[in-house]
Amino acid sequence: MIALDDLDRAILRARVADATESAGAIGRRLGLSQPATWRRLRRLEAAGVLRGERLALDAAALGFGVTVFLGVKLATKGRVSLEDFERAVTAIPEVQMVQHVLGVYDYRLRVVARDIADFERVLRRRIMTLPGVGDVEANVLLSEERRPGPLG
Amino acid sequence: MRLDDADRRLLRQMMADPALGTADLAERAGLTPATAWRRVERLGAAGILKGRHAVVDWRALGWAVEVSMRFTLDKTEPRAFDAFLAAAREVPEVIEIQTFLGRVDVRLSIIARDMGHYQEIYRDRILTLPHIADIEALMLVSTIKDSASLPL
Repeated sequence: MIALDDLDRAILRARVADATESAGAIGRRLGLSQPATWRRLRRLEAAGVLRGERLALDAAALGFGVTVFLGVKLATKGRVSLEDFERAVTAIPEVQMVQHVLGVYDYRLRVVARDIADFERVLRRRIMTLPGVGDVEANVLLSEERRPGPLG
Repeated sequence: MRLDDADRRLLRQMMADPALGTADLAERAGLTPATAWRRVERLGAAGILKGRHAVVDWRALGWAVEVSMRFTLDKTEPRAFDAFLAAAREVPEVIEIQTFLGRVDVRLSIIARDMGHYQEIYRDRILTLPHIADIEALMLVSTIKDSASLPL
């Protein structure tokens, strides 16, 4: 496992805040040369710590006003294969996130829709028809914030 | 702002691969680099494109456990939400905070180095958060899909 020093953590924080900032600009703020910053970034990527980028979009401005999280319990555990469920659910364009979890539900899904009527359509036609789907709980997202986590 | 087909092509390509440079992005969207750049700037100015963020793989940093904690708050306390959210922001292991309309009021994503560490955080930092009426935990097994893509 990779060991991080304070500069690595500062570089990670900068990248999480804005992935478009150049190594030179990050380095200047931290008192590092551009090549030194670049080497550290490459090392973090090689270690798998930096796992790609995420686009921040205003979903509502693009017409997707509703985000719903679903807790899904499989009805016939052991009979329907998890692979079948996962393959079918990841293919739904409105489903942004699929997580396999342990607890009262088997899967967590993040679903986007244009409005509540559109969500109902997705739920009825796409989600409730998935192989093996049982109990489904829906919670409508009101707000969300990502935290820097233990990067200090 | 009204989007045309070229804007939608650009957004689709950016959603598919957020780390693309302008030249590759332009080529995939069938535009000249200058046009692509101008349109990306315009999407940014309109607030549709809010930025690009690096994604940190906490497991690669030795944070092997991720738990989704779902809270119901005591709504007889008028300041329950604000007080809870403010206190949750002080916990470094909290990487995501979401509020909901539904059976769940607030959800926190919490990371820990191992189960022992998780138990420590749970007892010392989570159970001590104010105005909790009920807690439910879902332990993350695997993330099968995670994208910011919208079905444009």
